[in-house]
Amino acid sequence: MGVVNTETVKHVAALARLHLEGQALEQIAAQLDQILGYVQLLQKLPTDNVAPTSHVLALTNVLREDTPAASLSQDTVLTLAPERHPPFVTVPKVIETSS
Amino acid sequence: MEYESVIGLEVHVQLQTKSKLFCGCLVNFGAAPNSQTCPVCLGLPGVLPVFNRQAFEWGIRVALALDATVGRVMKFDRKQYFYPDLPKNYQISQYDQPLARRGALTIDGEGNSKRIGIHRIHLEEDAGKLLHSTDEPVSFVDFNRAGVPLLEIVSEPDLRSTEEAYQYLVELKAVLQYLEVSNCNMEEGSLRCDTNVSLRRPTDISLGAKVEIKNLNSFRAVKQALEHEIKRQALLLDQGSAIALETRLWDAKRQRTESMRSKEDAADYRYFPEPDLVPFVIDSNVVEQIQAALPELPAQRRQRFQSVYQLSAYDAHVLTQERTLAELFERTACLCQKPKAVANWIMGDLLAYLNAKNLALDAVTLRPEWLAQLIGLVDDGTLSGTMAKEVWGKVLERGIEPAVIVREGSLQQIVDVGLLEHLADSVIREYPKSVEDYSKGKANALMYLVGQGMKRSQGKANPQQMTQLLKRKLDELRERITGRVTE
Repeated sequence: MGVVNTETVKHVAALARLHLEGQALEQIAAQLDQILGYVQLLQKLPTDNVAPTSHVLALTNVLREDTPAASLSQDTVLTLAPERHPPFVTVPKVIETSS
Repeated sequence: MEYESVIGLEVHVQLQTKSKLFCGCLVNFGAAPNSQTCPVCLGLPGVLPVFNRQAFEWGIRVALALDATVGRVMKFDRKQYFYPDLPKNYQISQYDQPLARRGALTIDGEGNSKRIGIHRIHLEEDAGKLLHSTDEPVSFVDFNRAGVPLLEIVSEPDLRSTEEAYQYLVELKAVLQYLEVSNCNMEEGSLRCDTNVSLRRPTDISLGAKVEIKNLNSFRAVKQALEHEIKRQALLLDQGSAIALETRLWDAKRQRTESMRSKEDAADYRYFPEPDLVPFVIDSNVVEQIQAALPELPAQRRQRFQSVYQLSAYDAHVLTQERTLAELFERTACLCQKPKAVANWIMGDLLAYLNAKNLALDAVTLRPEWLAQLIGLVDDGTLSGTMAKEVWGKVLERGIEPAVIVREGSLQQIVDVGLLEHLADSVIREYPKSVEDYSKGKANALMYLVGQGMKRSQGKANPQQMTQLLKRKLDELRERITGRVTE
């Protein structure tokens, strides 16, 4: 079908921070191509009289009142993080500047 | 060469709801780091976000105040990107069915007003906050802000100068404050701004390459960054170089914009409909109710201040820029029935004081009654203008009423006529030259002597009274002298 090639896989992998190389690229491209190729069968369905939708549930306007509820404790949150320096979660340094 | 700048602004405003956009965590600036989070805003598995009704209604409120068309149906989408301040690795935002489109905000240029188009307004959640260590290769994350409701207001590229961009921001901030949906505190990050700018020859119809500028923490930074960027682009165009389509960061310390490392595919956010949030149908009755309940907006108040209180367009403009300032003016004006005097005290000494100390109005304790009282004390002659200024300074400094300051200090005007006569006499004795000048018809000499008298009274004499007194005494003196000569 040719919906997905190795270039597409490289692009999506880069966006998803996945490191794929050589053999794996080929393999995944072929698999994804098969899957998406199959989904392409849907294109054959006549949809002229079907309105586009983003949800299949017959539900709209699910809202909550602006009422505060309990949060997790700072301790709990910090325990969940891979690295911490109380009261913060720590990550490798990110700075948005050039050079 | 002369270029025209084409500027657009993207403003993010935090809605000051009690709880976050999709969960019950408190929206509370200054809380202990990572103390206001829960499985929903941290994006733990198996949770379900539920939309905050207040944020929905306030969003509509802002859209209507900005004359925008609220969509019949809106939905949320996931915007995917990786950054350590984004716990879910996607932001719940709106893509192709935003809350509202096609609004406008009118700014007052130099005398002529101009309608600035608003492209769209949408709701989204804020990200956490990052702090960068100076001595270790780590960044610190505080997730309290993750999930706080944000309203993004995107203008059309209708702004043609940095001044217009500045006016747009000031007016938008005023509107948001009048609507009471946000405190718009830039220092706390509840109002944030990105801008984009391109240059073109005035004869060009198409737009030039657009540069986006981020990291603008104050309205002043927006102005400075735009000024710098317009110069930079003009220079490149003059040299025949092309402008790169890119995102630049404003470096306030070095006063220049710098290219952000160009991220390939940065714009590939792979939006898709948020499956956890069903669409929202916006009922026209609800929209009508919100429209009917809109408060008086800055532009309307400006008009009213001019017609009701006979203020000049300029005074009305300055007094309505901040809701709290406008309220202080109006309450005081109602108390003392002297709107012009109230306007002068607020725009002169009060704003000067706040600017000098870099304070917001709510940082000083001040009651309308106090200003009305001060104006009364000037009117009944208890205080001279100079003394009133001194008292007003102390009122602002100490947060107590003028009458108390007048009583405790020896600030009352000298009413003792004997004392005033004594002062006048001593001035006349001491400056015979000026007395002689006056008798020869030099009017300036009188002003000089009054000045000396006021100085001796340490500003506590009433200048009119001092003038009258000296004039009477000098005239008597002159008559006596001329009388003697004719004898």
